Amino acid sequence: MKILVPVKRVVDPCVAVRVKPDASGIDASGVRMSMNPFDEIAVEAAVRFREAGVAAEVVAVSCGVPASQEVLRTAMAIGADRGILVETANELSPLAVAKLLKAVCAEEKPDLVICGKQAVDDDANQTGQMLAALLGWPQATFASALDIVDGRVCVTRDLDDGREALRLPMPAVVTTELGLNEPRYATLPNIMKARKKPLRVVAPGELGGEPSVGVMTIEWAEPPVRRAGVRVESVTDLVDRLRAAKVL
Amino acid sequence: MSVLVIAEHDHRRLFPATRHAVFAAQQLGLDVDVLVAGCDCRDVAVSATALAGVRSVLLAEAAHYAAQTAENLAALVAAQAGPYSHVLTSASAFGKNLLPRIAALLDVEQVSDVCRILSADTFVRPVYAGNALATVRNANAKKVLSIRAAAFSAVEEGGNGTVLEIAASPDLGLVEVLRRDRRDAGRAELGLARVVVAGGRGVGSCDDFNRLLTPLADKLGAALGASYGAVSAGYAAPDLQIGQTGKIIAPDLYVAVGISGAIQHLAGIKDAKIIVAINKDPEAPIFKVADYGLVADLFEAVPALVAALG
Ligand SMILES: Cc1cc2nc3c(=O)[nH]c(=O)nc-3n(C[C@H](O)[C@H](O)[C@H](O)COP(=O)(O)OP(=O)(O)OC[C@H]3O[C@@H](n4cnc5c(N)ncnc54)[C@H](O)[C@@H]3O)c2cc1C
Ligand SMILES: Nc1ncnc2c1ncn2[C@@H]1O[C@H](COP(=O)(O)O)[C@@H](O)[C@H]1O
Repeated sequence: MKILVPVKRVVDPCVAVRVKPDASGIDASGVRMSMNPFDEIAVEAAVRFREAGVAAEVVAVSCGVPASQEVLRTAMAIGADRGILVETANELSPLAVAKLLKAVCAEEKPDLVICGKQAVDDDANQTGQMLAALLGWPQATFASALDIVDGRVCVTRDLDDGREALRLPMPAVVTTELGLNEPRYATLPNIMKARKKPLRVVAPGELGGEPSVGVMTIEWAEPPVRRAGVRVESVTDLVDRLRAAKVL
Repeated sequence: MSVLVIAEHDHRRLFPATRHAVFAAQQLGLDVDVLVAGCDCRDVAVSATALAGVRSVLLAEAAHYAAQTAENLAALVAAQAGPYSHVLTSASAFGKNLLPRIAALLDVEQVSDVCRILSADTFVRPVYAGNALATVRNANAKKVLSIRAAAFSAVEEGGNGTVLEIAASPDLGLVEVLRRDRRDAGRAELGLARVVVAGGRGVGSCDDFNRLLTPLADKLGAALGASYGAVSAGYAAPDLQIGQTGKIIAPDLYVAVGISGAIQHLAGIKDAKIIVAINKDPEAPIFKVADYGLVADLFEAVPALVAALG
């Protein structure tokens, strides 16, 4: 069984980004970049299946700029066997990524695709579901537990008011919730080993072309800033102020 | 041009988030229809006809809509989408699961978490954990939008739409739902609550989370929430998580207890009118956004607050 894990290079989640003064975009100069945290969880889940002998191979794939090779190396340091970079400098929408991933799936024929539930830059939460639709595969989003039993995928999904347990045939697409696992730290020897693992770079043209993007950001703005209010002295002081503010 | 809003429900009642999505739909200035797909759910369709401004309610009933799986629902909506220029859901777990599948079947992009509608093709949405607001223009033939419910009001009653029965699409049989555990809906719905009390890792244990926070929430008529710190430590259920990757709330009053205020948590509470923070660390980042900050040990402050509220 083969598992494909799409990984995205994003601004490090600990960084509070700022909008450029001319409102033309995010000021990403000198900002630390890393693998989307949900994708690290996806890689970890896939690698655990390989280590358990359930999966034979884990392939990480990223669509984006040449520097996305770094996140593929990180995925390989966690334990992915090889990487594929679909290299483009253009903005990709989740639908565009899903179309490129569909083309990769046509070549790689994975049994399972594990995506993150959400990229923490665009916060779209779309790509996995779109890929499943394009492939006509079943989907299990927001997985907080994932197992493969008798060739079927068993998932616990987190919902707004509880959870549900699903069973899906393969091939299928799963997207990860934060609670699915705690990704391991890549050790230095594994980082060194990852440098020697195969990383293939393909152009979108080799996959049938680069999908067009129809949703354009025309303006960026900072959200209204909240300022620190007052420090209250005591619980009674707090209650008095809340009464005065008419929220009690 | 007209709008199709996909209803979220449990086959018995329409969920409040749908009323907010209908409100957003009406800001597009177009006719609004609602689609209710389910099993023995005519009552839901009838209650949707009562929403002000709703033209028709499309009702598709079939046993294979009982589990509300994205596979079957997306196929149905894609088959019905022809006449509509816009397809909307609320950006709930239901909508997030379903809507991208619909968009992909229609071969169009989706705009997630719309918090303002500027025109029929121009929308505002938060990105980067709410640290930036992007105004996007959508040139796709159909606009597929998920709506951040807390950013819009709920539509009033007073409509007189009609129910139109539509044919179910075939069962794709792709997924088996083995179990569905719903938390008791006794408390106010977190995403839309007017008052929210939330606990963080500082609360220290599941027992203390319930023992300390439940009386406070009861006193304030509040929904209970949590940080991911509390969820990951097992103090609170995952569906209580507030933040970038949990629920986005906009209550009149938010009380954060033992929560440090990480970027991802703040993303979920930016639109709260009043933020109260109780934390023993005067340097905790939550105090940078709190309207009223109390530096105190929560194990003393919370019971005292309950007592003071009388
Ligand atoms: C991709 C990603 C997505 C995430 N999404 C979310 C999200 O949606 N929501 C979310 O909340 N987090 C999210 N997080 C996690 C986030 O980064 C923080 O780790 C988390 O919010 C911390 O939770 P906390 O404030 O409860 O815990 P901590 O940061 O550990 O803070 C505990 C606080 O309790 C205080 N405290 C301790 N004891 C007491 C006491 N006796 N009395 C008073 N105060 C006390 C401490 O001073 C401290 O400030 C995400 C992280 C990642 C990487
Ligand atoms: N450019 C990309 N390259 C590879 N995978 C991606 C890319 N963009 C999104 N993904 C995958 O899709 C998931 C959801 O992203 P999004 O729909 O953008 O929130 C991510 O967690 C990744 O697994």
